[in-house]
Amino acid sequence: MVLDAGRIFCYYLFMRWFVRKEKGIKSKEKKPIPDGVWVKCDSCGEILYRKELEKNLWVCPRCSYHFRISHKKYLEMLLDEGTFKEKDGNLAPVDFLKFKDYPKKIEKSMKNTGLKDAIICGEGKIEGMDVEICVMDFKFIGGSMGSVVGEKVKRAIYRAKERKVPLIIVNASGGARMQEGILSLMQMAKTASALNLLAEEKVPYISILTNPTTAGVMASYASLGDAVIAEPGALLGFAGPRVIQQTIKQELPPGFQRSEFMLKHGMIDMIVERKNLKKTVVTLLRHFLNK
Amino acid sequence: MAFVLDFEKPIVELEKKIEELKAAAEAGNIELEDEIKRLTQKVEKLRKEIYQNLTRWQRVQLARHPDRPYTLDYISQIFTDWVEFHGDRLFADDPAVVAGFAKLDGETFTIVGHQKGRTTKEKLERNFGMPHPEGYRKAMRIMKLGAKFGRPVISFVDTPGAFPGIGAEERGQALAIAENIRDMAVLPVPIIVVVTGEGGSGGALAIGVGDVVLMLEHAIYSVISPEGCASILWRDAKYAPDAAEALKLTAPDLLELGVIDEIIPEPPGGAHRDLKLTAERIKKAIKKHYSRLKKVSPDKLIRKRIEKYGKMGIYKEE
Ligand SMILES: [Zn+2]
Repeated sequence: MVLDAGRIFCYYLFMRWFVRKEKGIKSKEKKPIPDGVWVKCDSCGEILYRKELEKNLWVCPRCSYHFRISHKKYLEMLLDEGTFKEKDGNLAPVDFLKFKDYPKKIEKSMKNTGLKDAIICGEGKIEGMDVEICVMDFKFIGGSMGSVVGEKVKRAIYRAKERKVPLIIVNASGGARMQEGILSLMQMAKTASALNLLAEEKVPYISILTNPTTAGVMASYASLGDAVIAEPGALLGFAGPRVIQQTIKQELPPGFQRSEFMLKHGMIDMIVERKNLKKTVVTLLRHFLNK
Repeated sequence: MAFVLDFEKPIVELEKKIEELKAAAEAGNIELEDEIKRLTQKVEKLRKEIYQNLTRWQRVQLARHPDRPYTLDYISQIFTDWVEFHGDRLFADDPAVVAGFAKLDGETFTIVGHQKGRTTKEKLERNFGMPHPEGYRKAMRIMKLGAKFGRPVISFVDTPGAFPGIGAEERGQALAIAENIRDMAVLPVPIIVVVTGEGGSGGALAIGVGDVVLMLEHAIYSVISPEGCASILWRDAKYAPDAAEALKLTAPDLLELGVIDEIIPEPPGGAHRDLKLTAERIKKAIKKHYSRLKKVSPDKLIRKRIEKYGKMGIYKEE
C-alpha cells in the first residue's frame, strides 16, 4: 500500500512537472525580424526583399505567413494617422518578489520595445470613430501579464466605459508573468471582472488574437471579446503544445491550436488577414453601433 | 496513514513507538507509563518544531499529501443533505469537479469544488483533479442555478491545474476559465472560496473568484507549479524547492499580498491527521463570514467584488 501510493505520487509529480512546464513556442518563431535588405520567410523559406515585405505589412507574399510585428506597427495599421494618444504610459513593473533576474529582464525588454511593460494603451480614431485601444508586445518578456498589464487593461476598460467608446485589444502573450507570482494570476480576475462593466454599458469590445495568445491572457480578457478575431496561423489556446504533448504522450494533430483549428472548433469568430484587419474592425464597429 | 513524507518520518516513528508501548502496557507491563508520557511530550515538541519551521517546499508536499482530505470529505463533514448534480449540458460530466447543493444550519448552499481521487482507479477517473472545460462549465451552471434561488456559494479549490489535453483545447479550456472568472464576479449571491490543497493557477481561479477567500494553513496557491517554474528558471524541475521559495505560494505569503482574507489553522501535523477538526474549523470560518455577507445586498456584493480584484497588483507610476 505504501509502495503503491508512493509510485502513484511519483507519477503524479512527474505529470505535474510536464503539465505546468513552460508554455513554449517553437524556436523558429522566436527569431526577431532581422535587419538587412533580405529576409528569409520563417515558414516557407523564401528569400524576401525587406521593403516589399514591409509594404505587405510583414506578411509573406508567397505563403502568407504573418511575421510577428511590434506594437507600433499595429497602432499605425489600425488607427487613423496621428490620432493616438497614449494613456498610463508611466506605469512600470516592480520586482516585489525579488525574483531571479527579473530586473534584468525588465531592463532588456524596455530597451527592446521602448515600453515600460508588455502593453501600450491609449485613445485614437478608426475611420473617424473614437476608440480605446491596447496593443500587447510579445518582445516584452513574452508579452506576459503582470500587475502593469492587468492594471492598464483595467483602466482602458474603465475609460471605454466612461467615454462610451469601443475597446480594441490586440493580444500577444504567453500568459501570466511568473516573476510576479500570484498577483499576476489575479490580473486575470481584475480584467475579466471589469469587462462586466463594459457589457453593462453596452460598449463593444473587439479582441484581436495574434501569434501567440495563450494561457492567462487567453483565459481572461483575450477570449471575452464581443468579437474575437485571429490573424492566420496564430498559436491560440490555454496550454502550450509542448506541455500537452508531454502530458498525453501522443502526436498532436497537424495545425493543432492554430487559428484555423480554433475556428473549426468554434472558439473564434473569424480569421482575418493583416491587410484586412482595419477594414474588418471598422465594419464590426459599425454593426455593433448600428452606424 | 498510507504515505509518509520525509519530514513526517521522525514524528510517525515516535508515534509508532508510543503505540507499541501502549499495547505492551495494556498487556500488563505498568512500568512503561513514564516512558509513554516522556515520548508523548517529545513527539509534541518535535511536531511543534518541525511544523513551525516548514519550508515552502515542505508545505507544497503537505498540500499534495496523498492522504489530504478532498472536497467530498469536507462536504460530508461540514454539510448535510448533499445532492450532487452532473454535467455541463453541452458535452459531458467531468468527475474532476463536483457541484451540487447541501445544508448548513438549515440553510442551503451551492457547493462546487475540484475533486481528486483516493484510489488508483479513482485518481484516473477524476483525472488527478485536473478539470476539462466541461468541469468548469458544470460548476458555473450550478452556481447560476443556485443564484436563481438566492443560494450562496461555497467553492473548494484543490487542483494541480486545468488539464492540458487535445480535447480540453478543442472544447475551449481558456474560454471556459475566462467565462467562469467573468461570471463569478457578477454572481448576485455571496461567494466564499476555501483553498484546501493545491491552488493550481488558472485552473484554480476558474472556481476561485469570491467575496472572501480562505486558505488552509498548509495549502498553496500559485501562478505556476514549482516544477514548471524551476524548469524555466534553471532548466531542471529538480530545483522545484527553490522555485517554491521564489514564488511565495504559501497561505502566509498570500495573506501578506492581500490575495486571501484569512488562514484557517490546521491540526498538528496537517489536515490529513485530523479531518474532523479541520472540517470543524472550516465550518466555523464559513459561518462567520456568511453571517456578515448575507446582510450585504447583491449589488453591493458585486461592486465590492469587482473593486477588490481591481485593486490587486503592485506597480509604480513614474
Ligand atoms: Zn513564406
